[in-house]
Amino acid sequence: MFVFIIRRFLYAIPIALAVAAVCFSLVHLAPGDPLTAIIPADAPAEVVIAIQQAYGMDRPLIVQFGSWIQRALQGDLGVSVATGRPVMGDIALALSNTLLLAFAAALLGFFGGILLGGLAAIYNGTWIDKLATALAITGVSIPHYWLGLLLVIIFSVQLDWLPSMGAGPGGSSDWRLDWAHLRHLVLPAVTMCFIPMGIVTRTVRATVSEILNSEFVTALYARGLRGRRIALHVAKNAAPTVLSVMGLQFGYLLGGSILVETVFSWPGTGYLLNTAIFQRDIPLLQGIILVLAMFFVGLNLLVDVLQTLMDPRIKRG
Amino acid sequence: MTSMTSPGAKENFALAAETAAVSRGYWTTVWTRLVRDPVSVGCALVLLLMVLIAVFAPWLAPYDPSQGTMLKRLSPIGTEGHWLGTDELGRDMLSRLMHGGQMSLLMGLMPVFIAFLVGTSLGLIAGFFGGWINSLIMRTTDVFFAFPAVLLAIAISGALGAGFVNAIISLTLVFIPPIARVAESVTTSVRNLDFVEAARASGAGNFTIIRVHVLGNVLGPVFIYATSLVSVCMILAAGLSFLGLGVRPPVPEWGLMLNTLRQSIYIQPWISVLPGLMIFITSLCFNLLSDGLRSAMDIKR
Repeated sequence: MFVFIIRRFLYAIPIALAVAAVCFSLVHLAPGDPLTAIIPADAPAEVVIAIQQAYGMDRPLIVQFGSWIQRALQGDLGVSVATGRPVMGDIALALSNTLLLAFAAALLGFFGGILLGGLAAIYNGTWIDKLATALAITGVSIPHYWLGLLLVIIFSVQLDWLPSMGAGPGGSSDWRLDWAHLRHLVLPAVTMCFIPMGIVTRTVRATVSEILNSEFVTALYARGLRGRRIALHVAKNAAPTVLSVMGLQFGYLLGGSILVETVFSWPGTGYLLNTAIFQRDIPLLQGIILVLAMFFVGLNLLVDVLQTLMDPRIKRG
Repeated sequence: MTSMTSPGAKENFALAAETAAVSRGYWTTVWTRLVRDPVSVGCALVLLLMVLIAVFAPWLAPYDPSQGTMLKRLSPIGTEGHWLGTDELGRDMLSRLMHGGQMSLLMGLMPVFIAFLVGTSLGLIAGFFGGWINSLIMRTTDVFFAFPAVLLAIAISGALGAGFVNAIISLTLVFIPPIARVAESVTTSVRNLDFVEAARASGAGNFTIIRVHVLGNVLGPVFIYATSLVSVCMILAAGLSFLGLGVRPPVPEWGLMLNTLRQSIYIQPWISVLPGLMIFITSLCFNLLSDGLRSAMDIKR
């Protein structure tokens, strides 16, 4: 098992490098010179060369990549083309807001999903099962940015109960745990919880009903175990699968929040990414994608390791 | 973004591949089971209707979708002559929703279709030949799996710039790796079955074996998997347009309409809901139909 864990760690290194390479090559996917945003069209040739040298764009690609990685490892992701500020500070602030939103949405979605999926599996075939399944399929089919808009229309425009924009009163971006800030979190978190809730419901329902039909559960019933003690056995067996799905879903929440953040003007990475795209601020774009992708790589690693630790049946290698 | 990597999926597809080889009347059985399922039939009819309306929109729509009257901006739903209201430039909503189906459906189906062709080919090659070819192809897909799908689509689109073609390219790139992964696992399980061995023993070459013996068994499960991606692709494609990375105005497209009408939610909230409702209905129907197809092909039950 430890061999597997070590191998899994080692395998994450080339993946992380390849991910960094993809992020780096995004610059060269872009049409035209990455510096067109800051070089005036009528700039003389020597000015263009000077700017290129300042950003290190005159060196061979592989050298640029090497030094980019080296600086990224030290926490330096370059300077924003639009603001001239180091990219890292903006990303760190935005990331904390995105993580907050993702945690809130994950909490709602996972709790709802486990509850719905568990009920659906226990009451297999009844109206409860059908309702849970219908909710799950709605959750994965609904365009979440539209759901967000719908919630804004109902709860902000019509009822005027909850704010529709920003992370706090007066557009403040530093978060505190009080009602004024929590109010801002409600709508985006509820919007984002639907996809993980749908997926977790489906997974829990499938896994738990399979376990409930397995022979060892029948044996447990035969031995006279009831209710809560059976549930404990079922939960232990379902946990590895459900956990790995939840881990992936949390990653998708981090990466997929861009649309919802745009709807609610939530000052997170998605919103920042949107800004970067429209200002053609390539270093910022690169930095955000790199940070989010690395989070995702790390999360996948963590889920795999946890799964191996929890489920002794998994012998990989 | 959602159901692309559920654990156990591989095993299910491998099982489907084995049952596919059982009997000759397999597809007839699947078809009979599918048309007996009222939900699947209903969804198929709704989708057919949507496609027909989109295709014949130029003849069906009561107004020109790009011609508006400034005097009638944001008329509410139920206005005489514009019974679904008008948008922020006074264009008829019904006509725009009908025309919008063209782009939205195209952007939902085309990337998955191209990815189906490319991904299946890659998966077949990787699974059939194994060895370093397999490692090369599958380790490359691993890299793309390290990005959440939404992020990858937006990153590529953001770097390439807005536009219809760029959106199609980025969405296709997002869907190739998962399809290739499924195709590879099914191919690997089929390759080791006895009839492939028998074909090889009777002197069949690689190409013949793939064409005659492997392809038929791989296409079914991969096709089902691809249909489950259409709804994701619809939502993502409209999402790109919603961010301003898809088609450009004034082309009618549901995601873009949602984006421009978003500014008017304080004036005519319910009109801005309509394009999203269309995306939702379409994606829901594709999901339900795909689920119906999956259980129809699962003959064991």
